[in-house]
Amino acid sequence: MRLPPQANELIDRSREVVFSFEGKPVRAFAGDTIGSALFASGRRVFSRSFKYHRRRGLLCCSGACPNCMLTVDGTPNVRSCVEPAHDGATVEAQNVLGSLDHDLLSIVDKVGRPFTPVGFYYRTMIRPRRLWPLYETFLRNVAGLGRVDKRRGRTTRYDAENRSVDVLVIGGGRSGLAAARAAAADGDRVLLVDENARSFGEEPFEVVAPACALGIYEGGLVPVAAGRLLLRVRAGRIVVATGAVEQPLVFPGNDLVGVMLPDGARRLIRDFALKPGERAVLIAADDRALSVTEDLERAGVEVAATVDLREHDPTDIFAEGRRGLLRAVSIDGVGHDCDLLLAAGAPQPAYSLLAQAGAQISYDADRGIFVPGGLPAGVEAAGRVAGEVGPLLPTRACHGDGGFVCICEDVAVKDMKRALAEGFDSIELAKRYTTVTMGPCQGRLCQRSSIRIYAREQGTDEAAIGTTTARPPWTPVTLGLLAGRTHEPARLTAIHHRHVEAGADVIWTGAWRRPHSYGDAPAEARNVHETVGVIDVSTLGKLLVVGPDAVEFLERLYPNRYSDLKPGRVRYGVLSTDAGRIMDDGTVARLDDDRFYVTTTSTGADSVLGWFEWWNAVWRLDVEIVNLTGALAAVNVAGPQARDVLAGLTRADVSAEGFRYLDAREGAVAGVPCLMLRIGFVGELGYELHFASPYGEYLWDVLRDRGARPFGLEAQRILRLEKQHIIVGQDTDSESNILDANMQWIAKLDKDDFVGKWALEQAQERGPRELLVGFEMANGTVPAEGSQIVRDGGPSGRVTSSRWSEQVGKAIGLAWLPPDLAEEDATFEIRVNGRLEQARVRLRPFFDPAGDRLKS
Amino acid sequence: MSFLLTCPNCGARDVNEFAYAGEVTRRPRTAPSFRELTDYLYFRRNVAGVQREWWQHRFGCEAWFLADRDTRTNEVLGVEVPGAAGADVAAV
Repeated sequence: MRLPPQANELIDRSREVVFSFEGKPVRAFAGDTIGSALFASGRRVFSRSFKYHRRRGLLCCSGACPNCMLTVDGTPNVRSCVEPAHDGATVEAQNVLGSLDHDLLSIVDKVGRPFTPVGFYYRTMIRPRRLWPLYETFLRNVAGLGRVDKRRGRTTRYDAENRSVDVLVIGGGRSGLAAARAAAADGDRVLLVDENARSFGEEPFEVVAPACALGIYEGGLVPVAAGRLLLRVRAGRIVVATGAVEQPLVFPGNDLVGVMLPDGARRLIRDFALKPGERAVLIAADDRALSVTEDLERAGVEVAATVDLREHDPTDIFAEGRRGLLRAVSIDGVGHDCDLLLAAGAPQPAYSLLAQAGAQISYDADRGIFVPGGLPAGVEAAGRVAGEVGPLLPTRACHGDGGFVCICEDVAVKDMKRALAEGFDSIELAKRYTTVTMGPCQGRLCQRSSIRIYAREQGTDEAAIGTTTARPPWTPVTLGLLAGRTHEPARLTAIHHRHVEAGADVIWTGAWRRPHSYGDAPAEARNVHETVGVIDVSTLGKLLVVGPDAVEFLERLYPNRYSDLKPGRVRYGVLSTDAGRIMDDGTVARLDDDRFYVTTTSTGADSVLGWFEWWNAVWRLDVEIVNLTGALAAVNVAGPQARDVLAGLTRADVSAEGFRYLDAREGAVAGVPCLMLRIGFVGELGYELHFASPYGEYLWDVLRDRGARPFGLEAQRILRLEKQHIIVGQDTDSESNILDANMQWIAKLDKDDFVGKWALEQAQERGPRELLVGFEMANGTVPAEGSQIVRDGGPSGRVTSSRWSEQVGKAIGLAWLPPDLAEEDATFEIRVNGRLEQARVRLRPFFDPAGDRLKS
Repeated sequence: MSFLLTCPNCGARDVNEFAYAGEVTRRPRTAPSFRELTDYLYFRRNVAGVQREWWQHRFGCEAWFLADRDTRTNEVLGVEVPGAAGADVAAV
């Protein structure tokens, strides 16, 4: 039933909205919230409390308290009192077993209270131990609020937007509007955000509402939750005008349905033309709250009694109810029948955002409120949040013995007392132990009460207790909004779609998507050994190092020498950090005197680029680094017939004498300008072609037409392992240096200096702690990568790579071994599936140890 | 961390666009003792106050530059490109 039209009501009586609640249709007006519509339909019980499953009804009507939380369209914990009602919405009760009116879990309130005191989960259900699985199942089922329907998947799209303004005003009340108008008049770009869905008139600045500022971060960054959009607002000046929050009084029965905050009742009347009750009692501590009597009278609510706490602060308030609904209240022994009890202490400035920004919060003992002060630069407080909350006097911390301090988490006065008795004497400890202020209201309605009760119980004052640290988010926020868009960026090579068409099994390698195999990795490897294969290596990092100082630059970066590398030749290089650790490896081709083409590993490309640019910033040599990783595609053509394939596609001399092992040539292949590197990537005769990526699919198709069959990463792993080529990051870790990785030949310690030289000299002096060597298994067992090497019953090394090689006919691998074991033919044991398996050290490549086929 | 940092090329940007590479260190010019080497590699001053440090505009122009930042407040007092007139690069 609605009241006659109110002056500024939010509802549009000409438009009807229908949604369903617990399967039954509910009629509402446009402009209604789900909460106001349900209230209009006669519903009074909106939820069951967190722990005791007590009936709860509308309290604040402003989205602060947890009492109206429902599941709307599958989203749990929606504050129905501020959630606009929309056609077709599906609204369901939550946190109940049964229904709101008959919740089986309310047994916890009736008989379970002795077993569920504060901290019960640390104590009560620990013994007997064997029953823990039962307890756990029970607790997991009843814990938490609301349920996420995992089967629904992700149905809502969330987004984020970066905004930059001169002035951000948080709160669109009188003070907020005044501040925004003044700033706009000064010519500032102003954004005002307000958490209510009310309409604003024509203003000379932008308004976003409903929208909640979640916190104030460093540098004036304010995340604002605006529905499905997260605004990341960066403001030069922030005006906080979040007002003050009415505080529930603490007394026995203070959570009965029908006990409301005065402002809540005011909103029901003014915004939604609803009569909040028939007979009311009002207990308040400030003029604003007391003025609600005018609204009540206009709405036809009988006001049975009014208590101004500044004049009379009763020692005992006691509310009684039946089946959770308020029926009467007794104030210092004087009883009043009522179905509405509007009770609030002094309004508390909503200082949380200011405290996050660094404001000092102090207790104003003359008024009984906490007030912010010492605001940091760039942050201002306007209006009620700054403490402009009218004449006040301190009132009692609680009225009577009992009641809930924190309605979110069902923390009662006795829980606070018990926490104190158990030694949790600081308010920060009380918060963690009792979870007071940690519920959905984030302390808006309970922080002051909890502090004041602690002060009273400890016989001290509020200033000595202090406040708990204010942390974001100030308002609860859905995880989806923080997670943002579901977007997993993948890098694809220019040839990627050919791999997909060929049925490749595509896997993630860093940010890249790459073919693991095309169905049969051993056959792909065999094909490389017998005829010719081709692999897409476009993911390799590709850097052009150009300039008069290019040689000097590489000489300083790499442990080996480049000054003697002739144009048209390629050399393998391993990058070390100054701590001597292996960072990356790849090839360096000298194109001419001052132009080098450097490849890196696929996953190391970005860090090597940054590394090069950093050292160049340090040394300031006359050299430029050009990143060609995305611009160029690359394929490696390998196998005994690789030369024949290439010869048919280029006029360049690819004969064994004209294009030797480790030569680099520029020339056209099938008409595509290429840089050709003859390197030993997979151990067979092979050519790596680097070319502009738009030609990727074309050249791939041509090579396949000429008989090259594609092979994937798995075949590459097998082939490279047969040659004992290391994979940085697989066979090496953050402790590995090139000496221990058995690449002493690459460390030219006679160079004047290079990055890592001094650490390597120290490592050489110290001697190796372990060495990376090849091994083969006595039988065909392939030990898992990471398997332990066991010696005298203890761990003594680890396997880093292992594969079955058809070519070698053995299970082979690479392992880190103690130096005395790392000798040709030495045997050792690897733990495989709990058994010890025999292995034998092999220092030379398993396949083509002399490199005859490679150099053929 | 959510402060703004001024890239010498691109201007004030969100700090998330940048990579941090630590305080500027002094690389030994000649073969160091073991102690000198480990000091250089692993020991940092870790000051509570203004510190000269390396930053890269990682998701921007990729330039490396030096910033003087107060580690207590994240206030950036200035940035400069190494090699610019007056820039002091200790890390050589």
